[in-house]
Amino acid sequence: MESVDLIYKAVYILAIFGITLLIATYSTYFERKIAAFIQDRVGPNRAGPAGLLQPLADAGKLFFKEEFIPAKANKALFIIGPGVAMLVATMSSAVIPFGDMLLVGGREVWLQAIEVNIGVLYVFGVVSLGVYGLMIGGWASNNKFSLLGAIRAASQNISYELAMGLSLIAVLMLSGSLSLREIAEQQHGFNWNIWYQPLGFVIFLVCAFAETNRTPFDLPESEAELIGGYHTEYGSMKLGMYLFAEYINIFVASAVMATLYFGAYNFPFMTELELWLADATESVVTANNIVTMLGVAVMFAKIFMFIFFFMWVRWTLPRFRYDQLMKLGWQILIPLSILNIILTGGAILLKDSLF
Amino acid sequence: MATEHKTAELTELEQFRKDHGLALHEEQQLTTLNLGPTHPATHGIFQNILQMDGEKIVDAVPTIGYIHRAFEKIAERRPFYQITPLTDRMNYCSSPINNMGYHMTVEKLLGITIPKRAQYIRVIMMELARISDHLICNSILGVDSGAFTGFLYVMQEREHIYDIYEEVCGARLTTNMGRIGGMERDLSPKALHLIGEFLKRFPKVWAEFEKMLTRNRIFIDRTTDVGAISAERALNYGFTGPNLRATGVDYDVRVMNPYSSYEDFEFEIPVGSKGDTYDRFLVRNEEVWQSLKIIEQAYKNLPEGSYHADAPHYYLPPKQEVYTNMEALIYHFKIVMGETDAPKGEVYHSVEGGNGELGFYLISDGGRTPYRLHFRRPCFIYYQAYTEMIKGGQLADAILTLSSLNVIAGELDA
Repeated sequence: MESVDLIYKAVYILAIFGITLLIATYSTYFERKIAAFIQDRVGPNRAGPAGLLQPLADAGKLFFKEEFIPAKANKALFIIGPGVAMLVATMSSAVIPFGDMLLVGGREVWLQAIEVNIGVLYVFGVVSLGVYGLMIGGWASNNKFSLLGAIRAASQNISYELAMGLSLIAVLMLSGSLSLREIAEQQHGFNWNIWYQPLGFVIFLVCAFAETNRTPFDLPESEAELIGGYHTEYGSMKLGMYLFAEYINIFVASAVMATLYFGAYNFPFMTELELWLADATESVVTANNIVTMLGVAVMFAKIFMFIFFFMWVRWTLPRFRYDQLMKLGWQILIPLSILNIILTGGAILLKDSLF
Repeated sequence: MATEHKTAELTELEQFRKDHGLALHEEQQLTTLNLGPTHPATHGIFQNILQMDGEKIVDAVPTIGYIHRAFEKIAERRPFYQITPLTDRMNYCSSPINNMGYHMTVEKLLGITIPKRAQYIRVIMMELARISDHLICNSILGVDSGAFTGFLYVMQEREHIYDIYEEVCGARLTTNMGRIGGMERDLSPKALHLIGEFLKRFPKVWAEFEKMLTRNRIFIDRTTDVGAISAERALNYGFTGPNLRATGVDYDVRVMNPYSSYEDFEFEIPVGSKGDTYDRFLVRNEEVWQSLKIIEQAYKNLPEGSYHADAPHYYLPPKQEVYTNMEALIYHFKIVMGETDAPKGEVYHSVEGGNGELGFYLISDGGRTPYRLHFRRPCFIYYQAYTEMIKGGQLADAILTLSSLNVIAGELDA
């Protein structure tokens, strides 16, 4: 690898890291604004124009709060818990293709931090590590409510990962690849996976809600029953990191859903647009770059749409009870996703034998 | 607490485990979980020491008295008119009902008849209080099940109800509304206007709130068969109000034993069938519609006349007369100093409070203060059944059951 490539990768990784953190920070702002909109309120509007500096004020407040560790807590694990949650959350956006290829000075510049041929597995592996953060934190707090929250988080994440993985298998059967870039490329134009996998998408969406611990699956931290669940004993930036990790997870989940089902950076008529642009500007490179940048915008638009959906649901629905959650996971979603695999397999066979 | 409990009821515990398909091993460990006294979902200060098997509640020991303020004892040393503020602080979600229930009790002892207009004003205020009580209860049920939004929709309307209170009596939460013998002032044109506006606006908001939760699948799943109690058990405990009606018994003090001209109004008593949390929710929802109906009738047919009884010994004279008229000055002095003697007697009066039959048992020995004043507080009764209702359920069920019973700590502990 040349040094130019190395520098580019470093810069790109830093940029993605920064964007992830920025989106997570501003997700708190949008969450509050959307909640306010749904609840017929104004929402934050004091810090900066339209309250835009509110997340910074919140973060500043969290940093300056007292670092409080309960006397009987396991101090090391108590600190490690939020750290693990945060670390794992920020790692997962590395393989997501935020855009196609740019041509800069005759070089191909891919808008993806790392291209691994098992990208899907990487995302799943890393995301499922996230539950360790919650479990360690809940256990180390030495509080029964925290422990209950941690146990709920663990069993919920494990149960829903199964259904999530199974619903994904159908997509992999269609694409024949585990690479996120390749899955994205196959959905060129308007050929999105959602048209072939509507059931799989719904299952994946439900599981994504459960994996990110959002309402109606926010049992690990349900404030009505468990006060704060696994983060009951947390304060200052350690609490902030847990909340941050949740928003980053939402961002990643949205990005993964956009990539797997909604065509990632692809949008309708992109080929025609590129051809027309190439004609108009008489430069294939410019046309390609313009379409790629548009694709990046489209990708982020899709991500924001999903983030909005996450928030919309949160402020609309009540949450499940523990046994209902388990029942939904094991008795409904897993059989449904197996059915989805069978249907997809049958359809592929049928298509192969017909054409 | 835990060990003491275990030795005393071990056999019962074993029976319970058998009934609920739990492991019978004695060495199986139960967790003791302190639900309260400070827990975000127990609205007020309750403590429940739960014995948990995982998420399942095996046993519960409730503790009460965290905000006991000895109102009944304080009432024995106060002149009658000074007891009204104490009643504010019982069920603070519907204080006008408490105030007026107490006033009616004293009026019964004194033998005063109240003019129709005052009675109708009381009905309007009491039904407004019932609406505010029910809307808090039902929206908090939503909050505790995770749906926060409906709460804020109706909270706005509660503020409008408080605006009406403010216009009628000057206060919003602890209203101290009305006087012995009627209201302290007539409904002002602004108050009438506010009530009219409320009648126009509120049905839309309430319909929207109902739309949000009533047919919500998750909400139905969360609340059906949760915290259920049979009609028989409920009657044995002494349940009244919406919680009893949810079990299917159509007992309503406003109909069974009408007071303050409730016999003049057309309304229905909604009843449930199973006595579970969802039924309680539905009954309260429907009662809000019925209350609206009553307010509308009272508002349209508000009779002319005086807003207070002619009872100079107990009802304060107008201020300008105090300055110009000797009798008025004497009465004013005597009432304010608490020097009017009440007749000897023993009365019980009950009103349909926000969450059940709110009774006042008043014994007077002919002095200037009650000899004894007992409040029949419905919350105190519900909370006794609470343990039975949550056993075998899950932690999340226990929270919803408490919210839907609408146990208010101030009333429970008085």
